[in-house]
Amino acid sequence: MRAADLATASILVLLGCVVVLDSLRIGIGWGTDGPRSGFFPFWLGVILILAAAIIGLQAWHRSTDRPFVTREQFRPVLKVLWPATLMVILIKPLGLYLASALYMAFYMRWVGRHGWLALVLCAVGIPVLTFVVFEMWFLVPMPKGPLEAWLGY
Amino acid sequence: MGVENLLHGFQIAVTPFNLLVAVFGITLGTIIGVLPGLGGANGVAILLPLTFTMPPTSAIILLTSLYWGALFGGAITSVLFNIPGEPWSVATTFDGYPLARQGQGGQALTAAFSSSFVGALFSIVLITFFAPLLAEIALRFGPPEFFAIQLLTFSSFIGLGGGDPLKSLVSIVLGFILAAVGLDIVTGQLRMTFGFVDLMKGFDFIVAVIGLFGVGEILLSVEEGLSFKGISTGMNLRVVLDTWKTLPRYARTFVRGAFIGFWMGFKPGGATPASFMSYAFAKRFSKHPERFGKGELEGVVAPETAAHAAGVAAMLPMITLGIPGSPTAAVMLGGLIIWGLQPGPLLFTEKPDFVWGLIASMYTGNIIGVLMVLAFVPFFAAILRIPFAILTPLIVVVCAIGSYAVHNSMIDIWYMLIFGVVGYVFKKLDYPLAPLVLALVLGDLAENALRQSLIMSQGSLAIFVSRPIAGVITAAAIFFFVLPVLTPWWRRLRGTAVAAPHRS
Repeated sequence: MRAADLATASILVLLGCVVVLDSLRIGIGWGTDGPRSGFFPFWLGVILILAAAIIGLQAWHRSTDRPFVTREQFRPVLKVLWPATLMVILIKPLGLYLASALYMAFYMRWVGRHGWLALVLCAVGIPVLTFVVFEMWFLVPMPKGPLEAWLGY
Repeated sequence: MGVENLLHGFQIAVTPFNLLVAVFGITLGTIIGVLPGLGGANGVAILLPLTFTMPPTSAIILLTSLYWGALFGGAITSVLFNIPGEPWSVATTFDGYPLARQGQGGQALTAAFSSSFVGALFSIVLITFFAPLLAEIALRFGPPEFFAIQLLTFSSFIGLGGGDPLKSLVSIVLGFILAAVGLDIVTGQLRMTFGFVDLMKGFDFIVAVIGLFGVGEILLSVEEGLSFKGISTGMNLRVVLDTWKTLPRYARTFVRGAFIGFWMGFKPGGATPASFMSYAFAKRFSKHPERFGKGELEGVVAPETAAHAAGVAAMLPMITLGIPGSPTAAVMLGGLIIWGLQPGPLLFTEKPDFVWGLIASMYTGNIIGVLMVLAFVPFFAAILRIPFAILTPLIVVVCAIGSYAVHNSMIDIWYMLIFGVVGYVFKKLDYPLAPLVLALVLGDLAENALRQSLIMSQGSLAIFVSRPIAGVITAAAIFFFVLPVLTPWWRRLRGTAVAAPHRS
């Protein structure tokens, strides 16, 4: 817990430094017609650095045995995260509907160990339903791939 | 004058199409409120792209109905599954779940829905009368006043939000920084883009809401190992009618809860403390405080009345000042801008149809809502019996669709994933997420108000205290900012004062 708190605080301090530096670059003072672009972000950056530094110091002095996350807890989190990342990568070449169908089928089989019938029903039915709702009813276009092109969309 | 406008509003809200929209919104909202990982805020965010082609009044009715539905839905999971869907439903679990385990789930749910309805109605009536007044006052506000109100908004997160005030501050500042990324519309300069074209557009708060609240929440709930052990509802018409007969007994609790809810609710982050405060008051004034926590119906009535009253009250600053009181209201505010409406006090004079249609729809929406949830509780509760290996990827997919639809841009789906991880880490480390979202929404408005004020005063910060209205608001804001510093000091002072007589 302490390590995670310290790490987060350090990242925030770094982020604050980046903000301050960029604001200094574009000017934080008074321009011809009011405060310049860097004025507001500069002070935000300063506050961020100060607040995160104090949080970091407090975390340093406080010791807790409670871990940020245990191995057993983290495994299901990763099981959601990396297939989701893979799906997002696949959206570009395959289109959103096919990518989400693959993702749902994979997750249902791998984590839920669902039968093939449920798998096909959900992984095909839900993307088809979203297709009808978004592309046909509300005319909100989603990224489409070769499958949709082949079907004429 | 108010009644006339309201009647006009009802003519707009009570058309077959708008009623259908309300029913649709409430159904979807209740489902969203029941599902883990999908709350009011990101439900509204995901649905927002679907409203782009609708008339604004129907669009806002859809989104607000969704919000009412989500508020009702939170009570179902709290009572039947001991899972608070939203932070303000936590207090409902204290007595709701024990009641359900004693086989009185039907009574608990009826009480929860009815008190939600009473609380909401109370706030709506107050909004009906106060909103035009507040808007009229706000018309005289200049940039310094608006910036002072922004200060007050964010100071109340720090002073009243509970939790670590420094972490609230970080969350606020981070939101403002994210809002500043991209093109500065005043000077035309690029800020914090570091040469990346994708950063030029900046970060959209809708994507942030979907990531932080949607994906982040899913990660948190799979970590806890989802296993829902629900209790059957035991709802039927007899139970509902019998419970209604007992409710007048709690008239005082209703009134107290509604007042607490409204008072806390129009300030940001107010719903959660309001529900706890109402519960604590009910317990203190009860003749049987020992029964609380073991299944006392009053322990369900108190927090639900306050939470729903607060949830509705959060709409008041949004429609009158253009400053949202909750993340959900913030998303709706974003919707207003997308539909081409200028949020703020001018809305009342320029778009009366929209405002009064919205206010009237609050009445109809809540009436339809309470009837629907009472009738269909078993159906909504059944949603949680869907295996989570189906729910989890489904929610992720829905979040991805929602993020993409905002700007039709692929990078937003990536932002959503990143915000999801950030939301997960922040939630675990007790950084509050609501202030970040609000700051991200209000960032440009706040910065412009600050700049214009400084131009008015030739760069002197004194403008925020020298103008009477701005001065009072700024003073209140400063008070809330230093409250976390003062509180321990004050306690020590009082502690010694009490201890002193003992020693002598």
